[in-house]
Amino acid sequence: MRHIISILVENEAGALSRISNMFSARGYNIESLTVAPTEDASMSRLTVVTKGSDEVIEKITKQLNKLVEVVKVVDLSEAEHMERELMLIKLRAGPKEREDVKRMADIFRGRVIDVSDNTYTIELTGDGAKLDAFIQALDQSAILETVRTGACGIGRGNRILRA
Amino acid sequence: MDRIKTEELTGAQILIRCLQAEGVEVVFGYPGGAVLWIYDELFKQDKVRHVLVRHEQGAAHAADGYSRSSRKVGVCLVTSGPGLTNAVTGIATAYMDSIPMIIISGQVPTHAIGEDAFQECDTVGITRPCVKHNFLVRDVKDLAMTMKKAFHIATTGRPGPVLIDIPKDVTTHSCEFQYPETVSMRSYNPVKKGHAGQIKKAMQLLQQAERPMVYTGGGIVLSNAAAQLKDLIKRTGFPITHTLMGLGAYPATDDQFLGMLGMHGTYEANMAMQHCDVLLAIGARFDDRVIGNPAHFAQNPRKIIHIDIDPSSISKRVKVDVPIVGNIPDVLDEFLVQLRDKNPQNISAWWKQIGEWRGKDCLKYDRQSKIIKPQFVLEKLYEVTGGDAFITSDVGQHQMWAAQFYKFEQPRRWINSGGLGTMGFGLPAAMGVQMANPGATVACVTGESSIQMCLQELSTCKQYRLPIKIINLNNKYMGMVRQWQQFFHGNRYSESYMDALPDFVKLAEGYGHSGLLIDKPADVEPALRETFKRKSDLVFLDFITDQGENVYPMIPGGKGITEMILSEDL
Ligand SMILES: Cc1ncc(C[n+]2csc(CCOP(=O)(O)OP(=O)(O)O)c2C)c(N)n1
Repeated sequence: MRHIISILVENEAGALSRISNMFSARGYNIESLTVAPTEDASMSRLTVVTKGSDEVIEKITKQLNKLVEVVKVVDLSEAEHMERELMLIKLRAGPKEREDVKRMADIFRGRVIDVSDNTYTIELTGDGAKLDAFIQALDQSAILETVRTGACGIGRGNRILRA
Repeated sequence: MDRIKTEELTGAQILIRCLQAEGVEVVFGYPGGAVLWIYDELFKQDKVRHVLVRHEQGAAHAADGYSRSSRKVGVCLVTSGPGLTNAVTGIATAYMDSIPMIIISGQVPTHAIGEDAFQECDTVGITRPCVKHNFLVRDVKDLAMTMKKAFHIATTGRPGPVLIDIPKDVTTHSCEFQYPETVSMRSYNPVKKGHAGQIKKAMQLLQQAERPMVYTGGGIVLSNAAAQLKDLIKRTGFPITHTLMGLGAYPATDDQFLGMLGMHGTYEANMAMQHCDVLLAIGARFDDRVIGNPAHFAQNPRKIIHIDIDPSSISKRVKVDVPIVGNIPDVLDEFLVQLRDKNPQNISAWWKQIGEWRGKDCLKYDRQSKIIKPQFVLEKLYEVTGGDAFITSDVGQHQMWAAQFYKFEQPRRWINSGGLGTMGFGLPAAMGVQMANPGATVACVTGESSIQMCLQELSTCKQYRLPIKIINLNNKYMGMVRQWQQFFHGNRYSESYMDALPDFVKLAEGYGHSGLLIDKPADVEPALRETFKRKSDLVFLDFITDQGENVYPMIPGGKGITEMILSEDL
């Protein structure tokens, strides 16, 4: 099962490696990992997407909680939540392809953020499945470069994660 | 006007003041460029004593042995680069057994970090997976608080080693010093009390049990819960077993003690583990050397209650029915309160069954042998020391025989590397034990291979007059390796024979100690008696033992806990 785990961690040098180290040392998998400071500059929030049985996820959260710099851990997938990921994708778009590419971006609510003679760069947010679908819908040979942030997530309604 | 008095001190001075404030009496260490200012300050005071080892691995093991054998915190001090890397084995050893310990390492100056400076290594990176936590202090203003946090983290919750890496310039910079009185960390708040509802559930299970079993590990020793454990066992009448790390928590001579369990545990302890209907596990972690194959262990239905300070130890290898996260003494106090006016159930049928298993006499060995049997040496060691010595050990057959045959009556007397299984641990650990317990009888049970891994510490023992008794069970083999090769590799003794062994007696003498070679069973006891009379000397006893002796019972790797090989099987 895919799980999305949110972690609040002290914004200290090395905290990120402690977390990623724990995953690799214990053989847990990381599909994506994002990290950035929160509104409280002393804390960062990490989002890890991982896969595993319920037992494995329980072990992961316990091991995360054990790390001295980790303030809070929540498995967002336990309840209602939203997930977003940002993708920037550069496509070959000469005079012939431009219209098609633009139309496809519109369908997926992407935005063209950079244009050159023969390329378009499109910004697209959504959950991972949407980004995958967009890539699928494109002419594969037109894709020049993609970069994705990995997922971040937040609980719905009054489900709040803070220190 | 009340102004808090503060002083302007250098980092090196602050460090020493922090150690003093934490009540540190001894530091085990080895100097080098990055820590020269710290050594300079050590030189100028006499509250913190420094013990100069001969190799940094020894410093870490000594600090570790110091912690294990007392309720104090062992401290070691090493220089940057090779000083630190030499200590890593000792740090990992302490980490695997959850030993509270402080490691102070020098580092190249802050401006040189990352430039591959002379004797630079990424200490925080190298040690990260084998410490409870570590710090790099980049600003002298953070030093005192970091020290305070380090001691707090090392000694609370599930204990463990904490490392503080201090760049050389930080030891010369100065700032106002005041040792913080308290520390609070929003990200680190170990629990204490167990959940009342869970405790109640556990009590119900225990009271309904027909075949109860108590299994405890190093957690009882580390949390100083031996008194509560004894109360609990006496009040319930339940059988109890210990892991290798737990020995001494409950008196080994008591009838309710079934001996150690696990790979080389007793037949009765392992059988009772498998066949009990309610298992109370305390401060133990169901590891592979203890329950063998978890799938086999799960074949028999039983309810499991698990008390541990570390939630991540619970349901890690074995699914637990009633988890209780908490500080063991607090939780056991609560158990005892709830037991107050309850009469224990009758479990005589269970004891009868256990008695039958005991009848196997699984530790028997050939007492008529003309060659010295290692088990015999340990039995005599136990008798001669009245069961009252601190026994450190190295790793191998001798370690298992010591665990099986020395009957520990008190916690913190049995000092060995259980988790990492570090050969070379025994002698330096014994130094730490002797420093923490001056005047006490300390013996190091070792093998001719293990002892050579930290042999240089014989020199330290001379310098500080540490009267350790070395019990070398010399079978001229890496015995434990040879045993596996005999059982599982068709008697192909690949590289497990130690040729060109030194003359240990001369070697001991070369270091300024005494040595004695014993090769006849009849000489074992007299030699031990003579040796333990010599209160102020280190004596190296080289016992020439049976080369072919094996440790029984044995659960082969990956097998179930009851699939034991017994001596009678061969
Ligand atoms: C540092 C280290 N290297 C290798 C091993 C693997 N090992 C475990 S027991 C053993 C043999 C120990 O031989 P000895 O000290 O003579 O003790 P004996 O088993 O003969 O009693 C070895 C090599 C280890 N535990 N530690």
